[in-house]
Parts: sequence; structure tokens; C-alpha cells
Amino acid sequence: MEADQNASQIFRTERIGRRKLVNRLVEVAATVSALLAVAVLVLLIGSVAKRGAGAISIDFLTKTPVINTGFGEPQPSGIANAIVGTAIIVGLAVLMALPVGVLTAIYLNELAPPRVASVLTLALDVLNGIPAIVIGIFVFVFLVVGHGQTAWKGGFALAILMLPIVARSTQEVLALVPSSLREASLALGAARWRTTLSVVLPQAVGGIVTGATLATARVAGETAPLLFTSSLVADDIRTNPNEALESMPMFIFKSAEQADPALHEQAWGAALVLIAFILITSLLARAFAARSRRRLLGER
Amino acid sequence: MNYPSTSVQDSSEQHVSEGLPSAIDPAQVGTAAPSLRSTRARELVFMIESLTAFYGEVAAIRDVSFEIYRRMVTAIIGPSGCGKSTFIRCLNRMNDVIPSFRTEGRILYHDVDLQGSGVDPVAVRRRIGMVFQRPNPFPKSIYENVAYGLRILGLKDDLDGRVEQALKRAALWDEVKDRLKRSGLSLSGGQQQRLCIARALAIEPEVILMDEPASALDPIATTRIEDLMHELKKDYTIVVVTHNMQQAARVADMTAFFSITKGDEGQRSGVLVEYDDTNTIFTQPKDKRTEDYVTGRFG
Repeated sequence: MEADQNASQIFRTERIGRRKLVNRLVEVAATVSALLAVAVLVLLIGSVAKRGAGAISIDFLTKTPVINTGFGEPQPSGIANAIVGTAIIVGLAVLMALPVGVLTAIYLNELAPPRVASVLTLALDVLNGIPAIVIGIFVFVFLVVGHGQTAWKGGFALAILMLPIVARSTQEVLALVPSSLREASLALGAARWRTTLSVVLPQAVGGIVTGATLATARVAGETAPLLFTSSLVADDIRTNPNEALESMPMFIFKSAEQADPALHEQAWGAALVLIAFILITSLLARAFAARSRRRLLGER
Repeated sequence: MNYPSTSVQDSSEQHVSEGLPSAIDPAQVGTAAPSLRSTRARELVFMIESLTAFYGEVAAIRDVSFEIYRRMVTAIIGPSGCGKSTFIRCLNRMNDVIPSFRTEGRILYHDVDLQGSGVDPVAVRRRIGMVFQRPNPFPKSIYENVAYGLRILGLKDDLDGRVEQALKRAALWDEVKDRLKRSGLSLSGGQQQRLCIARALAIEPEVILMDEPASALDPIATTRIEDLMHELKKDYTIVVVTHNMQQAARVADMTAFFSITKGDEGQRSGVLVEYDDTNTIFTQPKDKRTEDYVTGRFG
């Protein structure tokens, strides 16, 4: 007791009560906000799962859509064509956006004079901020009008959305590669490109994969660009990128607009599958990121 | 302003004759057998003529002129900010990667102007290797660190032998021969630095530039690097920047003392104050500034 009194004597300070209170208030506000953010996600996933879980079955994932008119035995209906279509469209988008995005980042970080780099970085950020529907209209006007919809045009629209994300995330990891490693390589008589290829990229590959995966997850759920480029589709499984292919977001969009409650449930089911896909990809991206960080620190 | 170059020329002429046994005519040194290498036969590697180096508008070093001789250790000493690192990085054109960097004057390497239009910096760095202040091994295996330069050059025959040879020359082989597959980053700081030296040696350069190679190391690791420099100068020309005067005194044959001068508008640039035999620099410096520095009164 005496010791306590001594302590308060020695550490006497001003307005201690008020300062502690303010500190406490800010701490509480920050913690509650963080919890709210998580709560929104949990609520969202929960409600999608609740409404969509009923639709999920092996048939739902492997069969194509069937309109059950009420006559005769109801046929199992599914979204297999949308899953295949999304895989193809997103795959095409990755094929287009990944090399261009990574090379853009290499140019920005390894080659460009600082002033050019800052202008280009700004341009990428502006591109990143352009609404998906605008990009959809753009591709529609220049590629679709007069020529028709195809999956690769949808992929192209998604690639435009992916490009700035891939380029900026790659640029950030490239900037983290210590310049001492570049110097080490240059000092051994390596040309700049060889240095980038053999020293910089291996260091950054984990981060690049992470960024690309996140960008993929992000565009896999985009609807607006596909509305213009790949929405008039057949109900069977098709794989030709030269024709319009069904996709998960388009399926959700169209089904949710229908009056049939069975289709509503299917839309929720498809939404659940889409969320699951995005969740899994994001977790994979995290795992990659963790692995590459360990490699950077030299533990193998 | 002409101060450094005059003092340099005086001293070098003086020493060519001074360092040789009197029975040998200095004119015959060049034709003499390699057994005479231990004497002061001086063969030019670098001839630096009025080198001024700018970052943007700021001159980091101004009007530096001196010669660097083959198979000797040449130390660059001086206070912080005197342009030692800038200077040594001119010798293998490492500063080329800095956009605002430019130089005036000439650096002749075996009579070829390093800044000349026909000279590719990539080719320059293949002949003139560099070891940096902080050990910077690649996050690859020990073996791959040394093999990297060889692979770039396409020297793929007997890769194992060349790697072993380089590690032996860098006095690292015995410590790592059983774990060549381990990451280069798993080594201690001093071992990492010797790995970086092995990496530079593997491609068999003529010159090795060392930019404060021991400043991040403990005293024991520092001693090993210094011993290594003594060993390596039998085959290589070494230029070493150091802020540690004792180190310069221990390892260097020749020493260049750089200092800072203030220009008319207060801009600070590095200049070469004095260049001479290490022994002379430390015991009978001609310039007051050198004397102040080496006796610890300044810097």
C-alpha cells in the first residue's frame, strides 16, 4: 500500500484521468469498427449460404440449366455451363492481363525514368478507377457492335480491369526487392534484363502470384463487362471462345430477374459457389504470399 | 585547383626509382621476369584524368587525377561525404544506373576511355568486379551464388571446378564444401562477404573494387577479409574504399586521401588531396590536411 502511494508520488503527471479516458474511447471505437467489418462479411456469407445452400448439389455443379414448366417429372438443373464459361473467360483474361501487367510493372520499376514512371503509375490508378460498366461499353462499341459477342471479348474486357491491379501489385513487390541484389548482379556483368529475369523476378514471384490471384478473384465476379460482351448464350456446355459463353455472374443476374422462385434459389446457389471460389483463391494467394516471404528470409 | 595532380605526379616518379634495388635500371623493369613482381614494378591499370562526377548539378567529386597500378592494393580514404564511394563506382560504371549521374574528365583503363562511346558498361563490369559494403549474396544456394556470373557468361564447362576454385580463392571452401546447396543467406556476415568475393572472382576479372567491404563485419571477420586481400593482390588489382585508416595502413600499397572542399556557393565536393605510398601517407604526408586526418585531428 505504501509502495503504491510512493509510485503515484514519483510518477505524478497532468490530466491523467482525461488522457486515459480518451485513449480508452479511441481503442474501443477502433476495435468495434474492426469487428463491424468482419460482421458484415459474416452476415453476407451467412445469408448467401442460407438461401443458396439448398440449391447446391452434385447435379447443380455438373448439369446444365433446365426450365421446369411444371409438366412431368422435374429435371435437375445446374450451372455447369456457367462454371465452364467463367473458367474460360477468366482464364483468357489472365492470359492477356498477366504478361502485360507484369511487363508494365517491370518497365515502371526497373527501366522507366522516374518522371515517366510517376505519370504511368497515375494512369494505371485512373484505369483502376474506371467503372467496369464503362469498360464494358468500350469493348462493346469497339469490338462487339457489328461483330457479335464472344467469350474472348468478355475476357478482354476483364483483362482491362485486371491489368492495373496486376501491374500495381507487381510494381509494389518489385520495389521491395533490395537494390543491393540488382547491384550485385549488374556488378557481375549481367545486363539489365538478365538481372530482372534471374534476380529480381524470382524474388518477387510470390508477390506477383498473390497479386494476380487477387485480381483474378476480383474480376471473376464482374458482371457489367460481360453483359455487353458475353451474355446472349446457349444453355449447354460450350468451350469455343469465339462464341458467347455463359458465366456465373451473368447467370446470377439473369436468374434473379426471373419470377420463378426455383431460379431465385439457383441464383443464390450460384452466388454461393462464386463466393466460395473467390474465398479459396484469396486463401491460396495468402498461402503463396507467406511462402514467398519465408523464401525471402532465406528459410527453405 | 591543380594541387592533387601535381603532387601525384611528383610522388609517383619519385617512387618508381626509390622502390627498386639500385642495381636495376628502372627502364628494364617492364622486360624483367615475373620474379620481379615483388619489387615495385608499376604497371598502369587505371589512369584517372581530371575526373569530375555530378549527381544532377552537384559535383560529388571534382578534378580527381591519379593512377592505379596492377596487382597492388590501392586504398581510398577520407571523411564521410568526400566522394570515396562515388569515385570507386565510376571505375566499373556502376553509377550509370543513376539517371542524373554524369562525369567529366577521363578514366583510362589500359588506355581505353571507360566512358567512351564504344564501351559497354556490361562488358566493363565483367573485367572489373565489385564487392559492396553490406554482404549481398543472392537468396540462392552457395553454389548458385558463385555459378551465377559463370552462367551469364555461358562458361558452363567444368562449372563445379570453377565454383570450387573461386570459393578456395576466397578462403571459404573449407567452411562451405559440405553445404553448397544451403542458402547463401544461411552464412554468417563475414562468410557472406567472402561468398560475395568468391562470386566476383569466379568470372576472373582483372580488377576487384571493394566499397568498405568490412565495415559491416566484426573484427575477426574483418581480419579474414584483410588477409584475403593480401593473398588476392598476387593475382588481382584491388581498389578498396575504407573509412578505417588502420585498415588502409594494414592492407594498402598505395593510398589516396580524399577530402571535402567548399565551392564558391558553399557546395561541397570531394577532391583528391594526396596520393602516395601508404607508408608515406601515414608517416610523412606532404599535405597538412592529410596529416590532420591520419593523426586523427580531423574527420
